[in-house]
Amino acid sequence: MQPFTTVDGKAVALDMPNVDTDQIIPARFLWRPRGDGYGGLLFHDLRHDAGGAPKPGFPLDAPAAEGAAVLVAERNFGCGSSREHAVWALADAGMRVVIAPSFGDIFYSNCFKNGLLPIVLPEARCAELRAALARNPGARLIVDLAEQTVTGPVGVNDGFAIDRFPVDPLRRELLLAGEDEIGFTRRHEAAIAAFEADYAAAMPWL
Amino acid sequence: MTAGRSLFDKIWQRHAILTRPDGAVLLHVGRHLVHDGSRAAFRQLAERGLTLHSPSRTFATADHYVPTAPTAEVAPHRQEMIAALAAHAATHGIACFAPGDPRQGIVHVVGPEQGITLPGLVMVCGDSHTASHGALGALAFGIGASEVAHVLATQTLWQSRRPGSMRITVEGRLGNGVAPKDVVLAIIARIGAAGGTGRVIEYAGSTFRAMSIEGRLTVCNMSIEAGARAGMVAPDDTTFAYLAGRPFAPQGAAWERAVAYWRTLPSDADAAFDADVTLDAAAIVPMATWGTSPESALPVDGRIPDPDREPDADRRQAMRRALDYMDLRPGTPVDAIPIDRVFIGSCTNARIEDIRAAARVVAGRRVRVPAWVVPGSGLVKRQAEAEGLDRVLTAAGLEWRDPGCSMCVGMNGDVVPPGAHCASTSNRNFVGRQGPGARTHLMSPAMAAAAALTGHITDVRTMLAGGA
Ligand code: SF4
Repeated sequence: MQPFTTVDGKAVALDMPNVDTDQIIPARFLWRPRGDGYGGLLFHDLRHDAGGAPKPGFPLDAPAAEGAAVLVAERNFGCGSSREHAVWALADAGMRVVIAPSFGDIFYSNCFKNGLLPIVLPEARCAELRAALARNPGARLIVDLAEQTVTGPVGVNDGFAIDRFPVDPLRRELLLAGEDEIGFTRRHEAAIAAFEADYAAAMPWL
Repeated sequence: MTAGRSLFDKIWQRHAILTRPDGAVLLHVGRHLVHDGSRAAFRQLAERGLTLHSPSRTFATADHYVPTAPTAEVAPHRQEMIAALAAHAATHGIACFAPGDPRQGIVHVVGPEQGITLPGLVMVCGDSHTASHGALGALAFGIGASEVAHVLATQTLWQSRRPGSMRITVEGRLGNGVAPKDVVLAIIARIGAAGGTGRVIEYAGSTFRAMSIEGRLTVCNMSIEAGARAGMVAPDDTTFAYLAGRPFAPQGAAWERAVAYWRTLPSDADAAFDADVTLDAAAIVPMATWGTSPESALPVDGRIPDPDREPDADRRQAMRRALDYMDLRPGTPVDAIPIDRVFIGSCTNARIEDIRAAARVVAGRRVRVPAWVVPGSGLVKRQAEAEGLDRVLTAAGLEWRDPGCSMCVGMNGDVVPPGAHCASTSNRNFVGRQGPGARTHLMSPAMAAAAALTGHITDVRTMLAGGA
């Protein structure tokens, strides 16, 4: 995996709470191999009508959103199913960061495995950012993982701030190093083996 | 003085292989379930040239892509998913319940039924409804494909911090016609779709103690719909009676030893929880959802709320969007909502008790709308047929199908037509969940059966009393 250090990218706002993973990527596409790319399927049914024709008005389809790398969303983003395809769709569409007041737990965890950084900022600050982005289409946000800061919106004179965000140290470490988690865990093989010997003795029925 | 430990604390601590100074824990996984949607994880394993760490701790069943009618033609891409699971299971030496095997079924029905799910275990599966297994006193939660690959390769999982805890206590007896599904819908309506985010819920109190394992499975299954990582119920004699003699449960002397250990697991009386919520069982009535989030659950005698009265602007907008999608108007009585289709099935409500509950309501009557009953596993199907329930259902005009996830998610092609209102015993009423444009109303099997008879949401209690 490519290391994640800083992202200076165009940001786009999505004003919907409880965006579930069925909205991010509908179930009928999940059989497709990862290698085929999921970017074109992102938010498919929100962007297309029942007949498959494009529906106008979706924020990511605005000309100013072209090439956006940061999504500023609403509370409980990515709730619902465990499908990692939701993260693949965002990542394949060019997203590197999702900012929201809260996330579905499994989605949040899946993000880190795919180089997508989920950032929790206070609800009021997320609302401010979304409003600022609505007033200034195409404005940028700068995200620094080492410093754990979000700066912006930049390029406009509107609500600029530097926000610090929390992130679990292990996840931060792996993302900064672009390290593969399986490889990392396999370095603890001795501890795993010792645990298993004890566990098997205590619970021989397993 | 040290505070007592909860059921969750005990399992968590027992499975911590190591704890880093920053609090991250490497957790051992006792048993791991995979299904026909797990192809990507096996591919990740193959790409790295890795083998399975613990084949004997891994169990496979096909559910998401399987057809539920014997005559159905299976599209090649679905056939490929099912075949990939069997092939990966064979390569790695995993027990696999493929279509045609009587044990095949929905992963969260099969795990408990086979005794794969046991108290005190950490269990995971690449599926968000893995919380179901907490009904037997396991710590069980859903993971993504990369984490599935990680478990396949190492039998462990990193947890960057300990989840929070929440105790939901329900006391008292449930009224006639009130099901475990109504209890969990009432809980989600109370705490909200994100009310349990980052937390593990323990369901406590006399209502759960009196509940069957099937009922506890329904409740724990929907923990994720409250945003929770997991849901669990303390193991007790009901749990042990359910597990005794199941194929992958301990037998003989090992059984005695296991039960002795399991009896040490329930939360200590002075265990601390980060949050406590209490509900009165007597106040819970049959429920149904009107909107596109499980938190939009209302008592069957309620009315659809008015967004104009919602003070929060975002919520107001979300309610308007949901009403628009569902083609419903504020103020409409819940029991006036029309129903065009009925689906009784899914890992939430496709166990034998669910099928019995549906059969009891429709016995000797006739459904008005197309209604399917999809048992959760081949063994549930067999048992229902042995009890004659299939004949009761088909005589009433319902369709009796083969086991699988089916219309819960529509991945096998079983979808609700666009625009149709479906009374469904599944767990999610998200936009498009049961098919593009489908309008889902979540409810219990008895409530879904009642709706099938009338063509609108109906208080099943009036039918049990001999009305309608
Ligand atoms: S029945 Fe539905 S919720 Fe359960 S595992 Fe299958 S698709 Fe998921």
